[in-house]
Amino acid sequence: MTFQRKHILGLEELSAEEITLILDTAESMKEVSGRDVKKVPALRGVTVCNLFYEPSTRTRSSFEIAEKRLSADVLNFTLSHSSVTKGETLLDTARNLEAMGASVIVIRHPMSGSPWLLARELNSSIINAGDGSHEHPSQALLDLFTIREMKGEIKGLKVAIVGDILHSRVARSNIWGLVKLGAEVRVVGPPTLIPKYIEKAKVRTFYNLEEAIEGVDVIIMLRIQMERQDSVYFPSLREYSRFYGLTRDKLKGADKDVTVMHPGPINRGIELSSDIADDASSVILDQVSNGIAVRMAMFYLVASAGRNQ
Amino acid sequence: MAKNILMDSETIDRTIVRITSEILEKNKGAKDLVVIGVRTRGVHIAERIVKRIHKLEKIKPPMGTLDITLYRDDLRRKTEWPKVERTEVPFSVEDKEVILVDDVIYTGRTTRAALEEIMDFGRPSSIQLVALVDRGHRELPIQPDYLGMKVNTLSSEKVRVHLKETDGKDEVIVKKG
Repeated sequence: MTFQRKHILGLEELSAEEITLILDTAESMKEVSGRDVKKVPALRGVTVCNLFYEPSTRTRSSFEIAEKRLSADVLNFTLSHSSVTKGETLLDTARNLEAMGASVIVIRHPMSGSPWLLARELNSSIINAGDGSHEHPSQALLDLFTIREMKGEIKGLKVAIVGDILHSRVARSNIWGLVKLGAEVRVVGPPTLIPKYIEKAKVRTFYNLEEAIEGVDVIIMLRIQMERQDSVYFPSLREYSRFYGLTRDKLKGADKDVTVMHPGPINRGIELSSDIADDASSVILDQVSNGIAVRMAMFYLVASAGRNQ
Repeated sequence: MAKNILMDSETIDRTIVRITSEILEKNKGAKDLVVIGVRTRGVHIAERIVKRIHKLEKIKPPMGTLDITLYRDDLRRKTEWPKVERTEVPFSVEDKEVILVDDVIYTGRTTRAALEEIMDFGRPSSIQLVALVDRGHRELPIQPDYLGMKVNTLSSEKVRVHLKETDGKDEVIVKKG
């Protein structure tokens, strides 16, 4: 199949075949990062703009490295320096970037849905780098890529997603992707952090961590996002950590080859005990390097499809 | 659609034997050789050359695979970009004699892309080009060092190399457009 989408906005709208094509392409892209000269000319002459309305180091850096490895010209636009502080609207800012020649815009924005607005109003290809608590497709794709690399196949795996499901765009995108590729997904967290509509997705809900991870192949730990805890969802961090923090003791019930993943940055001693964080660190660093390959694949595919529309 | 057989299975075998001997003669053995095939069919020809070198010299040169998609000069014009397959060059090309293998040489643009990609892996002491068929119509100043056969074609015709590994049998055919 060929990729027909000009934008990559979320995993909800991608088919299993499209997701698999992105992952296969990422596998080819991964080789480039192992070379002496870590650069290929595929996107020469293409201008990509990273438009970030939220602080982010690793996601933005990963996108930027991916753009540079494909030889694109890169323009960074971050909140603190931008004219947003002068009152310009998102759409006006984005139109300006397009006028400067950006043909791909990577956007992170605190409002859910903003990448769709740009996709509708602009001619550029739009890549969603995280919108509100809605979707974070590149993170989910790199998680899927890492899982596939470690386990061979995603179909039939048991995967537990642990923590703040309510606010997590990583969880939301991962659920779509994992379910479409045939994994059995379990979500677990305090009832206040499990959204009501989760019943509509094909996942099982747990409130007890030990029960949820019994026999699972993969555990995706979510970060407690201090910056999003605007009202009280649990009594104290210590209590949260006691019930939902992953420790060696609690991990005993999972499959003996269980893989523990985390999108980073880790709050050590809260979601993961320090020893588990150390054990998991190799996978977590794999996730980071796989992120570059996956983002290269996303650029290649949207740039290709964008030419026809 | 009319088709003409340019090479049959025996001719392809003999050609690969001859080309391998020429490679060994020119490079005085196989000591510094590495062989890199261009996907897809160049890879299978490269494998056969490596096998033949091994038989004659008792040395098995390292073999790599090149997918030149990311180096194409027509991406900007093409409406559908091809799927990117894996490049694998799991050895150093530094100061090596690189034998670059493709099935058909036509405009020379694939070879140009392959040369650029190899250079990104290091600085070989030379790159030598093998092609099973040269069908003419070059658009760049690139010529094979080792050639199976040269054939005059019209641009509208199609030259196809079929190999057992991918197509079930060995033959080179030309189809009228």
